[in-house]
Amino acid sequence: MFIATESIPSSFRGFTLIMPAVSVGNVGQLATDLIISTLGMPRVGYIHTDCLIPMAGNDPYPTCADDAAELSTNAEVYCLPDVKLAVLQIRAPFVQRKSRKFRKLILSWIKSSGFDRTVVLSSSHAYQRDDQQLLGAPLRYLLSPVLEQEAGTQLNTLEWKEIEQVSAFPGINDSDKRLYIPGGGITKGLYTDGCSEGIKMAVLLIFCSEGDNIPDAFALVNYLNDWLHLVDKPVSVPQMLCLCDRLIYHVLTSIMSRDV
Amino acid sequence: MQMATFFGEVLSVYSRAVEEDEEDDHENEEDQQIRSEIEEKRKVHVEWCSEVKNELATSAEKGLHCSDLVVAVGPNAAGFLSAYVLSSEIWSPVGSVSIWNERNPGSGAMLQSESSCVFYRQKDSPSVLICQCTCYIAEDQLFQWAESVFSCIEKRGLNVTVLSDCSLAEFKTTESMSSTSPFLRALKTGLYRSQISCPLLEQPNIVTGLAAAVVSHCQVHQIPAVLYQSYSDVITPDSVTMETYKPAFLNLSRLIKLDANPNADVLKKLIRISDPQSNMYT
Repeated sequence: MFIATESIPSSFRGFTLIMPAVSVGNVGQLATDLIISTLGMPRVGYIHTDCLIPMAGNDPYPTCADDAAELSTNAEVYCLPDVKLAVLQIRAPFVQRKSRKFRKLILSWIKSSGFDRTVVLSSSHAYQRDDQQLLGAPLRYLLSPVLEQEAGTQLNTLEWKEIEQVSAFPGINDSDKRLYIPGGGITKGLYTDGCSEGIKMAVLLIFCSEGDNIPDAFALVNYLNDWLHLVDKPVSVPQMLCLCDRLIYHVLTSIMSRDV
Repeated sequence: MQMATFFGEVLSVYSRAVEEDEEDDHENEEDQQIRSEIEEKRKVHVEWCSEVKNELATSAEKGLHCSDLVVAVGPNAAGFLSAYVLSSEIWSPVGSVSIWNERNPGSGAMLQSESSCVFYRQKDSPSVLICQCTCYIAEDQLFQWAESVFSCIEKRGLNVTVLSDCSLAEFKTTESMSSTSPFLRALKTGLYRSQISCPLLEQPNIVTGLAAAVVSHCQVHQIPAVLYQSYSDVITPDSVTMETYKPAFLNLSRLIKLDANPNADVLKKLIRISDPQSNMYT
C-alpha cells in the first residue's frame, strides 16, 4: 500500500507515473534512478508491501553529507508536482510467488490515485531476439489500447518501433504470434493487466545483456525523453565543436586586436 | 546458471536476469489447497505470557507501552545481549515469535528453550523490551514479523534500536579493511534525533533481512529507530565482535545497564558451540 510522508501533494490526479520493471540488467531501475537524480525529485511516499524483499540503505541520491543520513526503503515514490510527474522506484526483487499480488497492488494504486498515464521502463534479453527484432535500434515500445488512441500518432512521428510479436511455434507455424518479453519480469503481466483494465500504459524497453548496464539506462532514458521531454536535449558534439571553434576564434581575435 | 572460467572449471554465478512472470496460471485445485495450507503454516505468530496478555487486553490502544524496543538479530548481537545485559538484571522472558519454515521446522510452542526469537522484560521497569532473534526467518516472513510484532506495541513514545550481524565480505568499499574489523555502521530513520556513536553506513552498502524489515517498518510508520550493524570477518560467534555493540548502548545507558565485563559462563557457552567438533588435532 502507498504510505505518504508529510510533504505530499493532495493527489496524483493527472500525473504521469514512471516506474521500472525489475528486469534483465536492472536497466529499468537504473533508468529510474537517473530520472530521480537528474530532476532532483523529492520523496513523497513509500509502497510498503510484503511482496518485495525488505532492504534498507542510506539516501542513494545525496547532494550533501546531511542527505546521506536519509533512510531509503525497497519501494519509494518521488514527485514533481510542477510538471505533474511521479516516479516509483523499486529496489528489491519480489518475494517468490508474490509478483502477481504486486501487479494487482500497483494497478489498483494507479487507478485509485488517478494517474493520467503510466510508463514502465523495462528490458529484455538481447540474445533471445528473433530475426526482425535484430534489425535497427534495440529500443522498443508498447502502448495499451487507450493510450494508443491518444499518443499513437505522436510516437509514429518519432519513428519508434513497436515490439514485434514472435511466433509461438517457430518453424512450425508462423501465423500464431504472441507477445514475448523474456527477462522482463512483471512487464508483460503488468501490460496485459493494464490493457484489460483500461489503464493508459506505455512500456519502453531495451534489448540488452547483463554486465555494465549503465549505457543501456542512458539509452532508455534518452528514448523516453524524446517522447516526454523531461529535460532539454543536451547540445550535440558537432554543435559543441562548432561553439568551441567560435569561442576560440573570438579569443584569438581579441588577443590579436590587443596586440595591435 | 553456470559459467566456465578461463581455467576450465565450472562456477555457478549469481544472475540478475529475471524469469518471465508466468506463475500459477494453470494451477489445479489441489495445488492451490496445498499452497494455502503451507501459507497458513508459514504465518508468523507472536505469543505472550499471561501477564503481558492481560496488559494487552486492558490497554486502550491494544498495545504495550514501551519506551524502547531492542532487537538483536544474529548470534553475535544476541550473544552480546546475553553476556552483557540479560545476565545482569532480573530480565525474564515474556513472549516469543513462533516461526515455521524450511530451516526452522521445530520452532513452535511458547517460551521453550529451542524457540529462538524471544522477548525479555525487566520486572520492575517494564518499559524496555528486548528481542533476541537467532532463528532463520524466510524472505516471505520478514515483513510479517515486523507487522505482527509492532501491532502489539504502542507506537507513541517508542524508540527502536536494532543490532545486527553481518559478514565483512558483504561490505563494499574502495579502502583496505584488513586491520579495522570488526566495526560498527549505523542506519537511522528520519525521526531518530539522538546522537549516533559510529559512522553511518556508506553507499552503496545496504542491509537486508530482519534488520531491514524492522527499520523499513519504522521509517514508513514514523517510529524513531536506529540500526547498528557489526561487520565481522569471523563466521562463528566471538567475544570481540560482540564487544563492538557496546557503543550502541550509550543512548540507552539510562534504561539498560551494561555489565562492565561479560558474564564468563554465558560467553563460554555461546562460544563453545562453535568449537571444532572433529579436528584431527583435538
